[in-house]
Amino acid sequence: MKQLREWAPALVVFVAVIGAWQGAIAAFHIQQFLLPKPSDIVKAFWTERHTLWPAGWYTFKEALGGFAIGSALGVAFATVVARFRSVGTAIMPIAIAANAVPIIAFAPIAGAWFGEVSPHSKMAIAAVLCFLPVTVNTLRGLQSANPQQIELMRSYAASELTIWRRVRVPTALPFLFTALKVASVLAMIGAIVGEYFGGAFNALGVLINSDAQIFDFVTAWAGILVASLLGLALYGAVVGTERLVVRWAPDTRE
Amino acid sequence: MNVVEIKGVTKTFAQGNVTALENIDLELQPGEFVSLIGPSGCGKSTLLRIIGDLTPPTSGTVTVNGKPAKQARTDGDYGIVFQDSVLFDWRTVAKNIGLPLEMLGWDREKRRTRVEQMLDLVELRGFADHHPWQLSGGMQQRVSIARALSFEPALLLMDEPFGALDEMTRERLNLELLSIWQQLGSTVVFVTHSISEAVFLSTRVVVMSPRPGRIAGFVDIDLPFPRTVETREDPHFFELVTLVRELLRRRGEHLLPEEAELL
Repeated sequence: MKQLREWAPALVVFVAVIGAWQGAIAAFHIQQFLLPKPSDIVKAFWTERHTLWPAGWYTFKEALGGFAIGSALGVAFATVVARFRSVGTAIMPIAIAANAVPIIAFAPIAGAWFGEVSPHSKMAIAAVLCFLPVTVNTLRGLQSANPQQIELMRSYAASELTIWRRVRVPTALPFLFTALKVASVLAMIGAIVGEYFGGAFNALGVLINSDAQIFDFVTAWAGILVASLLGLALYGAVVGTERLVVRWAPDTRE
Repeated sequence: MNVVEIKGVTKTFAQGNVTALENIDLELQPGEFVSLIGPSGCGKSTLLRIIGDLTPPTSGTVTVNGKPAKQARTDGDYGIVFQDSVLFDWRTVAKNIGLPLEMLGWDREKRRTRVEQMLDLVELRGFADHHPWQLSGGMQQRVSIARALSFEPALLLMDEPFGALDEMTRERLNLELLSIWQQLGSTVVFVTHSISEAVFLSTRVVVMSPRPGRIAGFVDIDLPFPRTVETREDPHFFELVTLVRELLRRRGEHLLPEEAELL
């Protein structure tokens, strides 16, 4: 009941926007190539399911692979940097500057490195996109441990490893999940944009791109819908995992 | 045997430019409740941290339970309570209290029994499964005290444990702390900058002066136990408060506003 009340406003807005969209197209005679009706998009989502859904799954696997690789590398790198401060002072300013670089610009080059059609080039793009936010946030989390908690652990003669396990890692977890949420979205973007520069015929980005080129905008929009749903699914999976792991935090509880 | 023996301890910071403590000698007998009082910068917290081997002295020696301070820390000879409760948000109240027991390798069943005893001691029965952020500041500090006492250390180090609490909570916790101390018979080193708190709790008050941190004098507190709410209204209580205040003032130190109010 409480949950319903929380979700109700968003649901109302969503329905209103879709309704206005549908209504506006009828009212202003907007041409289909500019903006198709939501009902047509949903129809295409269903009629084209034999091509769109497997394509979505194919792209989703690329995004998932990139997400896993990029996040794992990010966590590993942050751990090393947090452990050895000199590495951090040498590398972190560069990492933060690199974070401002529009990494998506590397997409065509990733094609050259890992094979234009190969899913590996898309995974690489997604991984690179995920890497920095995860690194920066995890590092901040690992460095956010309360010094007094560490001192308390020292009073128990705790080893560095124990302090990591019992203080630094739990402190970093909420930061990590914030980063993973961002990364889950970036991974999907990376995979799809990567496919715009070339990919397998049964990849979602390739389908959206080719449908748009032959003016089949309804199918292109349906492809975007598939991409959105899969992106939401990945995001939702991260949120769900966070609720399981970070059960203590006040803000996820109430 | 003395529980704590401090001999000629000096502590300097900033490559020797700041002398936090100079030539401190102090001995604590078993069962004593000793308060360290002094204005900010007199090194009272630093001294506490040196006793706990959380920071090394520049020179001098510290013995706890007849062992070098480092050995005593490794052996779990003291419990410590900070001004903040320093509880772990990801642990329940029971698991916070049981943390030192985990570190000492107690098995689950033994931990559970002890944690229950500690919850009774600090009157938090029924809060075992709460998380720290669900408790008030006073309750959090009681959890912190229970944690420090859970493994029955010979020595309890307290660094302004009630400094962040309101006056009423503070006075109630003072009474609770005294009753716990009398039940357990541990030795306490209590850092505070409240004169009345120091006098009310202690068997002995160590008055410190700043820049460099030195011991300005000792005041034996001969108020009878058990101390109650009435103790604070005892004329002798005021005499002792005045005595401590005079010692502080003779060092030319300005009183803190809260202390000036009492005057």
